[in-house]
Amino acid sequence: MGAARGPEGRPGTPGVSRRRFLGYVGGGAAAGIAGGYAVGRAVGSDGSGGGTGGAGGLPDSWPFHGTHQAGIVTPAQDRMHFAAFDLRTDSREELVGLLQEWSAAAAAMTQGQVVGEPVGAYDAPPDDTGEALGLPPSRLTITIGLGPSLFETADGVDRFGLADRRPAALEPLPHFPADNLDPARSDGDLCVQACADDPQVAVHAVRNLSRIAFGRAAVRWSQLGFGRTSSTSTSQATPRNLFGFKDGTANLKVEEEAAVAEHVWVGEGDDPAAGWMRGGSYLVARRISMHIETWDRTSLREQEALIGRDRVEGAPLSGGEEFTEPDFALAGRGGEPLIPVDSHVRLAHPSQNDGVRLLRRGYNFADGTTALGRLDAGLFFIAYVRDPRTGYVPMQTRLSRDDALMEYLQHTGSGLFAVPPGASEGGWVGEGLFADQSVRRGGSGLSQRRSEGSLGP
Amino acid sequence: MRRVLPTVLVGALAITVAGCQSNSPEESTESGEAGGPLSVVSTDDQCEVSTTEAPSGRIAFSVKNEGSQVTEFYLLGDDGLRIIGEVENIGPGLTRDLVLQAAPGDYFTACKPGMVGEGIRAAFTVSDSGADLVAGEDAELVEQANVQYGSYVKDQTEQLLTETQEFAELYTAGDDDAARALYPEARVHWERIETVAEAFGDLDPRMDLREADLEPDQEWTGWHAIEKDLWPPVDGSYEAKTDEERTALADQLVADTQELYDRTRDQDYTADQIGNGAKGLLDEVATGKVTGEEEYWSHTDLWDFQANVDGARVGWEGLRPLLQQKDPELDAEVETRFEELQALLDEQRDGEGFVLYTDLSTEEVKALSDAVNALSEPLSQVTAAVLS
Repeated sequence: MGAARGPEGRPGTPGVSRRRFLGYVGGGAAAGIAGGYAVGRAVGSDGSGGGTGGAGGLPDSWPFHGTHQAGIVTPAQDRMHFAAFDLRTDSREELVGLLQEWSAAAAAMTQGQVVGEPVGAYDAPPDDTGEALGLPPSRLTITIGLGPSLFETADGVDRFGLADRRPAALEPLPHFPADNLDPARSDGDLCVQACADDPQVAVHAVRNLSRIAFGRAAVRWSQLGFGRTSSTSTSQATPRNLFGFKDGTANLKVEEEAAVAEHVWVGEGDDPAAGWMRGGSYLVARRISMHIETWDRTSLREQEALIGRDRVEGAPLSGGEEFTEPDFALAGRGGEPLIPVDSHVRLAHPSQNDGVRLLRRGYNFADGTTALGRLDAGLFFIAYVRDPRTGYVPMQTRLSRDDALMEYLQHTGSGLFAVPPGASEGGWVGEGLFADQSVRRGGSGLSQRRSEGSLGP
Repeated sequence: MRRVLPTVLVGALAITVAGCQSNSPEESTESGEAGGPLSVVSTDDQCEVSTTEAPSGRIAFSVKNEGSQVTEFYLLGDDGLRIIGEVENIGPGLTRDLVLQAAPGDYFTACKPGMVGEGIRAAFTVSDSGADLVAGEDAELVEQANVQYGSYVKDQTEQLLTETQEFAELYTAGDDDAARALYPEARVHWERIETVAEAFGDLDPRMDLREADLEPDQEWTGWHAIEKDLWPPVDGSYEAKTDEERTALADQLVADTQELYDRTRDQDYTADQIGNGAKGLLDEVATGKVTGEEEYWSHTDLWDFQANVDGARVGWEGLRPLLQQKDPELDAEVETRFEELQALLDEQRDGEGFVLYTDLSTEEVKALSDAVNALSEPLSQVTAAVLS
C-alpha cells in the first residue's frame, strides 16, 4: 500500500499547500482518465491483487470531473465518510450556490489541494480546516446525491420549484419487513459520499463540505466506514464483512462495461421528465446492524448454511472455488439443495431476481458499543442502481422476508438519493437539473457549458 | 438460532457412536490425536483413504471431493450396514471433516459419489489403543434426551392450546382486564418451545409476528396484533378492533395453535436440535426480550425471557448425562451461568409474574444482558461437545 502512495507523513507546515505537495505524488497521473475509472483498463494484470489495503498500480488521485461522478465505479477505497444533509434554506439560489461551491471544493480536495486560499488573513480562520495538509490525495472521491425531499417534502411542498423534474424513481423506499429505522439516521435532502484510502482525508472532505454548507444546509446524520465490503474491480481481492465471510464476490465490476451500463447508469430514455439524470445513478444507503454476539455463538455449519458459501474460500456450497457459479439445483441427501433455499447467496443471486445485479460499495462500521455493551457494528450498505424500483426494492423485499440471515441483521437507517451525472470542467454537480429552467433564463451560460461537457448533445 | 428442524440434521440417532462434521481444518488437526486427520480423496470413481488402519478412540477424516458430483463418506461396521459415522453433501471441490469415535475392530470406508448405490468401499481396521469408549451408552443417552424433549414439547403445546382457547374467549367477549392478565401467562408455553414452533415457517409469522416485521400490505395476525389492541398506544393513533375483527383474530390464533399442536404430536428430535435449540432460545432473549422489542405494547418481556430460559434449561438438562461424560467442566459452567441468570431474573419477580420491562433500570437491563451472554457462550459449545 505504501509504495504507491508516495512520501507520507510529511509535516504540513504553514503556507505549504497540498497543491505544491502534489508535485511529489503525481496527482496528475489520472488526468487522462475521464469519468472516473477507465473501463477496460487491464487492472487484473497490474499485480495489485492485494487485500483490502492493496491498491497498487492505481493512480494516486481520481479526477472529480467526468461523464459520471467519481466514487461509483471507482475501485472501492478503504475508508468512507458518508453524510446526509437537511437544507436550511428555501432559496433556490442558495441551493445552486451550495452545489457550485461544493463542486469546486470537491474538485480541489480530490486532487489533494486545499479548499480556498492556502493562507488567508491572519486574523481570520483559515479556509481549509487543515488536517489533511501534507497528506496525499489518498484516492479521495466525493459523490453528491439529491434526496426525494429536495424535490417535494412529505407534505407535498415544492420548496425549490423542482417537483416537476423529480425522477419517478426517486420515491422514498418502502418499509421492508423487519425494518427498525431510526429517523435520525435516515433520509436527507442531500448526501455526500467521501471515500479515500486514508480516513483522515475522507473525514476532512465531509468536514469542509459541512462547513461550507453552514447556514444553507446542516448535517442530518453521518456514518464512518472501514474495511470496504465489496470489490468494484477485478483488481481487488474480495474483502470480508464482520460475519467473517467474503462479501461482494458476485458484485458488478467496473470491467464489465456492458453490465455496468445496463444496471448502474441511467439511460437516455429512462425518465423523460428527468433527462438531467442521464449518466447518473441512484444511491441506496442502508445501515444494517449485525447481531455480532449471537452470530459468534453460531456453529460453522449454521453460518455456512445461512450464507450459502463456505467461510474460508468463499466457494458456493454446491462446490468449486470462490468465483464458481453457484449451482442452486444441485441437491444433496434427501433431495435438499446443497445451497439452502433461504440462504443469502441464493436469494440475492441475479437468477432469483430477474437478472438484477447490484454495484455495491458498502463498508463495515463499528460505532463503539451499545448501552448493553454489545458491539454497535454492522454493514453500511451502499448500492448504485439504474432504477431502485426494479433494481433494488424487489430484491430487498425478498431478502427482508425470506433471507434466513435476517435473524442476525436489523436495518436501522435508510436513504435513497439521485446521483446526477458528473460535472464537466468548470461545471458543477446538479447543473443539469437547473440548466433548462430558471437558471437558463438568468443567462448564466450554463446550458452552453453543458453542451461542452461529456454528456453530448 | 433460526430453526431447529429443517436444514442441518446430523441424524444423531443414526450415528451409533456419534459423529460430527465440520470443515474447519484446525479442528480436525486437533482432533486427530494420532498424527492429524486421515485424508480421503473422493473422485467420481475412486475413494482414496490415506491409510487403512488407525488406533481406536477418536478418529478424524478430512474428505476432499475431487469429483464432479456431490459425494458422501461413511465409516461402516464390519457388517457393511451399520453406520459408524457419515458426512453428507460434500459439493465438488469442497472439503469436509468427519470426526468420530471407533472401537477396535474391522470396518469399511465408503465414498458415495452421486449419493447412490453402495459406494466405493474398502476395508479399514481399527487397532486397540486402549482408549475408553462409551459408545453404546452414548446412544442410549441421546435417545433418552430425545424422548424427554419430545414429551416436554407435547406437554407445553397442550398447555398452550388450553390457555390460548381461554385467552381467545376472554378477548372475544371483551373481558380485557382478564385477557391482559392471561396474555403473558399463556405465551409462556409458546416461548418455552419457541425454536420448535419457529421451525414451522408458515405458522410462526401467522402467530408471533411483530408489527415492525410486517411486509407492506401484509395482514397482521397472531399474538402481537391482539397485544396492541389490548394495550393500544396512548397517542390515540390506534383504531380499536371491532367485535368482528376481534373474533377473526382470536379464531385464527386458536386454529393456528391447534395446528401446531397437531404437528408436534409425533415429532422426533435429535441431540443437535436440542442443543442448538437451547442456544437458539437464549439468542431469542438476547435479540428480542432483553431489548424490550418483543412485547412492545404490553412490556411483559420478562415473562417471555423466563420462558425462553426455561426451554433452554430443559434442553440442556436432557443432554446433561451425556455432557457430564464428554465435558464435565463445560457442564458445570453452564449450570453456574444458569443459576446466575436465574438469580437476576428472580430479583424482578412480582407476585406470580414479573415487573414490566419499562420498570427496569438501564443497569438492570445491562446486568441481565451480560448474564445472557455469559450463559450463551458456553451453551453454544454444548452441541459440538455432545456429538464429539
